[in-house]
Amino acid sequence: MPTLESRIDPNSAEFSANAQAMQAYIDAFRAIEAKVNEAAEAMRARYEKRGYIMPQDRLNLLLDPGSPFLEIGSLAGYKLHDDRDGTGAGGGCIAGIGHVSGIRAMVVVDNFAVKGGTISPTGLKKKLRLQEIALENKLPTVTLAQSGGANLAYATDVFIDGGRAFANQARMSAAGIPQVTVVHGSATAGGAYQPGLSDYIVMVKRQATTYLAGPPLLKAATGEVATDEELGGAEMHTQVSGVGDYLAQDDADGIRLAREIMAQLPWQEPRAEAPDFAEPLHPPEELLGVVPADPKVPYDCREIIARIADGSDYLDFKPEYDGQTVCGHIRIEGHPVGVIGNNGPITAAGAAKGGQFIQLCDQAGIPLLFLHNTTGFLVGTDAEQSGIIKHGSKMIQAVANARVPKISINVGGSYGAGNYAMCGRGFGPRFLFSWPNSRTSVMGGAQAGMVLRIVAEAKMRKAGAVDEDCLAAMERQTREMLDAQTTAIASTARVEDDGLIDPRDTRRVVAFALDICRAGDRRELTPNTFGIARF
Amino acid sequence: MAGFNRILIANRGEIACRVIRTARDMGYRTVAVYSEADADALHVRLADEAVPIGPAPVSESYLDADKLIEASRLSGADAVHPGYGFLSENADFARACANAGLTFIGPPPEAIELMGSKRLSKLAMEKAGVPCIPGYQGEDQSDDRLTAEAARIGFPLMVKASAGGGGKGMRLVDDPAALADALRAARSEALSAFGSDELILERAVQNPRHIEVQVFADDHGNVVHLGERDCSVQRRHQKVVEEAPSPFVSPELRAAMGQAAVNAARACAYRGAGTVEFLVDGDGNFYFLEMNTRLQVEHPVTELVTGLDLVEWQLRVAAGEKLPLTQDQIALTGWAMEARLYAEDPRHDFLPQTGRVLAWEVPHGPGLRVDHGLRAGQTVGPHFDPMLAKVIACGATRDEARRRLARAVEDTVLLGVKSNKAFLSGILRHPVFAAGDATTAFLSDHFADHPTLTPAPPPLRLRALAAALMHVGSARGIPGASGRVSWRNSTATPWHCRLDCDGEMHDLTLAVDSHAPHPRVTVRAGGETEVIELLEIAGDRCACLAGGVRRTIRFAFDGDVLHLDGPFGDIAFRDATRAAAGAAEDAAGSGRIVAPMDGRIVAIHAAPGDQVRKGQTLAVLEAMKMEHRLASDVDGTVAEIAVTAGDQVRIRQTLVTVAPTNA
Repeated sequence: MPTLESRIDPNSAEFSANAQAMQAYIDAFRAIEAKVNEAAEAMRARYEKRGYIMPQDRLNLLLDPGSPFLEIGSLAGYKLHDDRDGTGAGGGCIAGIGHVSGIRAMVVVDNFAVKGGTISPTGLKKKLRLQEIALENKLPTVTLAQSGGANLAYATDVFIDGGRAFANQARMSAAGIPQVTVVHGSATAGGAYQPGLSDYIVMVKRQATTYLAGPPLLKAATGEVATDEELGGAEMHTQVSGVGDYLAQDDADGIRLAREIMAQLPWQEPRAEAPDFAEPLHPPEELLGVVPADPKVPYDCREIIARIADGSDYLDFKPEYDGQTVCGHIRIEGHPVGVIGNNGPITAAGAAKGGQFIQLCDQAGIPLLFLHNTTGFLVGTDAEQSGIIKHGSKMIQAVANARVPKISINVGGSYGAGNYAMCGRGFGPRFLFSWPNSRTSVMGGAQAGMVLRIVAEAKMRKAGAVDEDCLAAMERQTREMLDAQTTAIASTARVEDDGLIDPRDTRRVVAFALDICRAGDRRELTPNTFGIARF
Repeated sequence: MAGFNRILIANRGEIACRVIRTARDMGYRTVAVYSEADADALHVRLADEAVPIGPAPVSESYLDADKLIEASRLSGADAVHPGYGFLSENADFARACANAGLTFIGPPPEAIELMGSKRLSKLAMEKAGVPCIPGYQGEDQSDDRLTAEAARIGFPLMVKASAGGGGKGMRLVDDPAALADALRAARSEALSAFGSDELILERAVQNPRHIEVQVFADDHGNVVHLGERDCSVQRRHQKVVEEAPSPFVSPELRAAMGQAAVNAARACAYRGAGTVEFLVDGDGNFYFLEMNTRLQVEHPVTELVTGLDLVEWQLRVAAGEKLPLTQDQIALTGWAMEARLYAEDPRHDFLPQTGRVLAWEVPHGPGLRVDHGLRAGQTVGPHFDPMLAKVIACGATRDEARRRLARAVEDTVLLGVKSNKAFLSGILRHPVFAAGDATTAFLSDHFADHPTLTPAPPPLRLRALAAALMHVGSARGIPGASGRVSWRNSTATPWHCRLDCDGEMHDLTLAVDSHAPHPRVTVRAGGETEVIELLEIAGDRCACLAGGVRRTIRFAFDGDVLHLDGPFGDIAFRDATRAAAGAAEDAAGSGRIVAPMDGRIVAIHAAPGDQVRKGQTLAVLEAMKMEHRLASDVDGTVAEIAVTAGDQVRIRQTLVTVAPTNA
């Protein structure tokens, strides 16, 4: 394959200015992640005194030492609902894909140390997304549960969709995807069904309590007085009710048991031989400075491709046909990939080219990687007369129906129908991660403000009086509101992607995601009709 | 006379390999023998043919003369080389070989017999004018006579087994009051080790040097000596480091000792290779100690300074040839030094070690030679002497030989089994030894508090490296893990890690920098911090940067146990981070008495229901030719005895359970 050459000088002032701007974006979202960890850390002494292992430590204990971990939704819920201080980022749990006893698994650890691990509406949205990933990629799921349950302030918001999470659990069990849950603390009422619907339940002695009604509600409802342990203690459940399957002596023992249970599953993939691929010729570290600090300055997306492709090798598809939509073949850590990027708006020709390329990849079984940086489809008389709607629809059809794994990385902007054509969230890419400088929106804030101004001004003119101040204020407010809502942090907080990533991690994240997809697609499950019932 | 073509080597380990090498080079066919414990051993592979001779215990294999004779018959061997140890100094075996028509590559049985008796040999030496230590070697072995003779000789004195060797059945007595105990102990040890409880008494020469002279004799009346070896560095009468020539011996003293040694050989009508051992005091007076009627372990140092192959000479003499050189044709050039690598733990009273050899690599370089019989993958079991290899170096000067040897010992890689290599290097680099001033008191005078003998927790840097390597090892093969440790797309928190090193738990935290070009791990433990960068991991080598210095360290995994080639040799860490709850109950003071190694129970000193005190001996385990007292670790009542005397037990097997009194 031809090797990409770079026109970027990493020693230039422009490069370092770009890198500085990107670093500021990275620092901003890393600071949020750090703040959540710090909030948990502040509680360490208090929880450890009670014998609890901290959530992050539980995660590390569960994972195979040294193994990689792809966290999903680390900023979910950030400053949404009642999260005023931002420590709600993560939505009450730490979750992602890692290896447990050599088995790739979806891992969910309730972050009980922050806000009691309560589940906000966004937290629920994240959990549903985690289940979707697990189902789609056939990933066994290990949950380390200790949660205050739903945030009562939003109880009605999560009630109906919460049911969907339980239905998903039942369907995963029926599909043949095992779920292991360690109950480290309380799991009450609705929360009791999360372990209840798991295929394997480990309960930690003197910590786990799970019941439909705890002592206060019970007293209120029937007048019966009972202790926590009698009602739903780990020993009761493992010895009497049979709700629990394994009794753990403490947190560490519970996690050890979860690892032992996982080790019994014949899910091990053949261990990868020594990696047989070349690192990119142009180091991925340079991705910091490749993207201009000013989003209005165009750049060649091949500069990104050169820094994620094995050996920086790239076979350009139809380069002469349309320069704005870039398609080509690369490999990432050995995986063949069809990559689609944007050097400008999508034209009719670009849409046709993209649509054809997607079909080619689908035919050959080559996964698709979309590098979003599009302001949308080209507009204008020429564009409309060239049949941009028709051609755009073709590309969108191809994207929606391609059967190969699709992975999206928003590296700049994902605007309007361009978001659809580039496999935005609505099109169900297997994974979607965003660079912290990116924006996702139906249109740009400035454009939206301008549109509103033009429409309002026409209305005012018809009414007879144009209030310039009012128009200016309206335009500014619209622009500011949209700009604030379309930042990478705001989007990821709403779980509109799977998380923000450091651009330097792009190659690794995509490779990791491709591994997950490939292993999932190859995995043959043994489904059953009703899921595993505890008799 | 005796022409032979096919030599059976009635031995194992390094010496079998050593003999096979020369025999092969001289055109002889070689036959190895092996017990069940040695089926995969190196000597078996080196020989042209090999004959299995029975189960692992040496008494049923390498010490069974009938099996060796039968092995010769089966393989068509017409000569037998006995090596050292085992049956090499057994006159009956030499006779049995002759009776079976086999050429015994060694001295005549009469010489073996005479020199095998300390008492008779001393009488013969006195007669031949070889200087001897004042002592008693009479037939009257009564306590009264021995006590009276002891008083005559004076204290301090040595009580020795007449048939003994290698320090067994030997006692130093400083005080007349301690004599009775020493006699009793020496007799019982001598009886069990040599089948004879005959003792001799000798005046103890204070802080002597142990200097021995290599002699060679042929059937044509020629006897020469090949200079001396200084074997003064000894631990409990076991040689540790040997050299040739001796830094103490002048040409005049060499000539005098050489002549005395030649006289000794003549006095017993000797043939082949022999060694006459002398004690030499600070004034250069030397006394006959004993004569070893075989090739010595430390013969290579003589080979390196004389440029001769002693095994070749043995074979020539056995074939009836004349000695290749006369005395004045033998010259000593340069210096040679040997260190004995043992499977033992110098930091825990030199307890013999067993285990599977995970990595074994000997150094190469100018002036270096390593004699060994070891292969990676092989198990070092409890059945044999724990000596694994001899590392030998020579040089133009003593200091060059010493430096080379120290380096070579340090560079010898042995993983999976603890060894004495740090202790050896400590000796070689010790100023007293370097100055050539070591006497037999050297180790007891200078190594009492030596760091190589003092248990200490592993330094943080080593623990940090272990933890980092465990993380790399555990992630090996996981997609996305290659070249990085604990990579994560989000902000990570440190990993907690608990390492079990020799039963001691070490807790630390690991923070990994995912974006460093090489895995970069910050390890913290108890307020200390260590940063380690794993620059390259290739096979069993890890190049790492720590404390500003790049070093390469060898490592090997054995299941969840990581072995590192640390500053004190093999060090094993087990990842106990995810150990089952309650696993720590095996700690000291549990009342559960377990076998410290594979071995055989020779005595039980308690019965169920007995009240026992902490430290009281409950059982005796024999392993690797040593008896180990197994003491109660609590005050309490014996609840169960799971073994009986004579049982073969496995390492960590529970032998006795004591119910603690206050539990």
